[in-house]
Amino acid sequence: MTGQAHNRPGDSPLVAVKDLSVLFDAGRAGFWGGKRLIVHAVEKVSFDIHPGETLGLVGESGSGKSTTGRAILGRVPVSEGQIFFQGKEITHAGKNQVRELSRDMQLVFQDPYASLNPRMKIIDIVAEPLLVHGVVKNIREAAKEVARLLELVGLPPDAGARYPHAFSGGQRQRVGIARALALKPRFIVADEPVSALDVSIRAQVVNLMQDLQSQFGLSYLFIAHDLAVVRHISHRIAIMYAGNIVELADRDLIYDAPVHPYTRALLSAVPVPDPPVQRARQRITCPGEPPNPLNPPSGCRFQSRCPYVTQTCRDAAPVLTQRRSGQRAACWNC
Amino acid sequence: MTASPKIPLLEARDLVVNFYTRGGVVQASRGVSFQVDYGQTLGIVGESGSGKSVAVQAVMGLIFTPGHIEGGDILFKGRSLLDPAGRKFVRQVRGKEIAMIFQDPMTSLNPVFTIGTQITEVLRHHMGMTKDQARHRAMGLLDMVDINAPEKRLKQYPHEMSGGMRQRVMIAMALACEPRLIIADEPTTALDVTIQAQILELLADLQQRLNVSVILITHDLGVVAQLCHRVAVMYAGRIVEVGDADQVFAAPVHPYTQGLIRATPRLDVVTERMVSIDGVPPDLISPPKGCAFFPRCDQAKKACSRMQALVELGDDRHVSCWCAAKENVR
Ligand SMILES: Nc1ncnc2c1ncn2[C@@H]1O[C@H](COP(=O)(O)OP(=O)(O)OP(=O)(O)O)[C@@H](O)[C@H]1O
Ligand SMILES: Nc1ncnc2c1ncn2[C@@H]1O[C@H](COP(=O)(O)OP(=O)(O)OP(=O)(O)O)[C@@H](O)[C@H]1O
Ligand code: SF4
Ligand SMILES: [Mg+2]
Ligand SMILES: [Mg+2]
Repeated sequence: MTGQAHNRPGDSPLVAVKDLSVLFDAGRAGFWGGKRLIVHAVEKVSFDIHPGETLGLVGESGSGKSTTGRAILGRVPVSEGQIFFQGKEITHAGKNQVRELSRDMQLVFQDPYASLNPRMKIIDIVAEPLLVHGVVKNIREAAKEVARLLELVGLPPDAGARYPHAFSGGQRQRVGIARALALKPRFIVADEPVSALDVSIRAQVVNLMQDLQSQFGLSYLFIAHDLAVVRHISHRIAIMYAGNIVELADRDLIYDAPVHPYTRALLSAVPVPDPPVQRARQRITCPGEPPNPLNPPSGCRFQSRCPYVTQTCRDAAPVLTQRRSGQRAACWNC
Repeated sequence: MTASPKIPLLEARDLVVNFYTRGGVVQASRGVSFQVDYGQTLGIVGESGSGKSVAVQAVMGLIFTPGHIEGGDILFKGRSLLDPAGRKFVRQVRGKEIAMIFQDPMTSLNPVFTIGTQITEVLRHHMGMTKDQARHRAMGLLDMVDINAPEKRLKQYPHEMSGGMRQRVMIAMALACEPRLIIADEPTTALDVTIQAQILELLADLQQRLNVSVILITHDLGVVAQLCHRVAVMYAGRIVEVGDADQVFAAPVHPYTQGLIRATPRLDVVTERMVSIDGVPPDLISPPKGCAFFPRCDQAKKACSRMQALVELGDDRHVSCWCAAKENVR
């Protein structure tokens, strides 16, 4: 089930992102407020997601992961580039189109505590999209559908009558997933869906997401910090750094044969929970910190931390180029 | 005051901490015992709410109403930190011989003062230094935690620094009084992984160079594997297993430790399916009577629901599980 190559040639992508850039206006600076501050959140990002595929999106805080996911869902304005869903361009979808698209594309949030309205019963939370989209005619029908959804995500049948506070983090995340599934979407942006959960619970949610994928052929953009979980759930993985995708490859190539210096540093920074193995691992230290998104350097964004930096890197930004089959990286020297 | 080598630097014995909340009495520490030897790093792992922070807050005297320490003792170099008669000793120990680093440095750094003011204040107050001495030493401390251009940094306010940089400042402040023990409560949880790696490396390096003892609280078994000599696994207000880190990872005895290790995905291993532990941790207002893990345990026996087991397995390995007891008796 996992690890299959889903990007078979001829398969047309469900989601296609081409040269996506998102810039945010962050106000003005300077004594007279003369200088406009622009956050370069996402710059020239391209990728495809195929039916039934999970693309893992990994990167440090502020690298632009959430913004990328939100741009696809029409929740932040796109500054440049194009987004396609099932071959149709949705880059500048209006309110109505976004609402219509939300039947096919849903978001699951990181924080199972903050994302559910504490004053709403579970049944109302899950039924809301059904009623808004007129999928069900009345409360009775909604209740039936909610019961089915709750069972699907492994919650007890009486869960609907309770409020969010009566549930654990893992259970709340199941509620969030049930709600996201209500309209039978084809694509889900899961923005750090397990980051707030304890290890012993994490697997319950990851396994559920995988089961639902094989059952319904769902596609996921799975955003995460945790490289070990991403390895487990993704078919392909994109590594983001300071608004750029620096490497995009089949799951095992990322872990077994990473190309980009940042990918290598990132993998090396994750400690393996096995003392002798961890002690024996060769560690690549990556000094410094990511660049200021208000004022990124020209050329490669990783240049200030990279051990292989040369003048070329400072002069021009590298773009993703083919390395092995199923692996692309953006680096001049690796 | 030289301690005999037999006496550990820090020892918690059967610590009981309760919080009197509106919903009931939260039994945050239900008989917690551990010790830290000289020059040793002890990792405390466990899931959210298992009582890791409360245990070290008790050591630091940071339990406030509605919380109360209602049983047990905490000994530093063999002397009680809870004995009201030893107030002077306690004052000297906390904040000087034991220093603490928190997950969010902003909670312990004052936003309205430069970090230079804050570090020199500690040095003048605790170490009796003059302004000039303190300034000089503060620069040395920043240098020690690999902050370059210390003069410039001393003039900055906390909000002008990145999270990683603030955590380095916190470590510098912790080192200011040359402590024997540093308690770090999830020092890298809020940081990105490459920055976490920098901070962990710094901590490991300082620990060795200065031969201090460290208690490192984390929920990441990888962090324990990288840094700790010993590990204590907490569950529902108790330490369920403690021992040499290599041994605990290689052959975990408590079913919860086993489950935790199995549930932790590894970067270097691909599995078909992630393993979870069914169920959720118990409510600490009314925890189960016997072993708190009993309702989730697939190896449970009858005795488990009645009473907690305490088994010493040699090599300073302790496990609180009846399964271990049986094997040991045989
Ligand atoms: N609405 C906004 N207005 C201004 N800046 C924004 C906005 N949303 C995001 N940003 C900025 O865009 C950059 C990318 O943010 P984004 O939330 O996409 O990062 P992320 O990779 O999801 O990070 P995290 O791991 O912390 O969730 C950051 O510098 C962030 O501060
Ligand atoms: N001030 C307080 N008032 C009431 N209950 C408290 C207080 N501090 C802690 N507790 C309770 O004590 C228990 C243990 O909390 P503690 O903070 O030690 O957990 P932890 O293991 O550090 O968790 P985390 O990994 O989330 O930091 C929890 O049930 C918590 O709700
Ligand atoms: S392009 Fe240059 S600076 Fe960027 S990652 Fe490659 S070698 Fe390093
Ligand atoms: Mg995000
Ligand atoms: Mg804590």
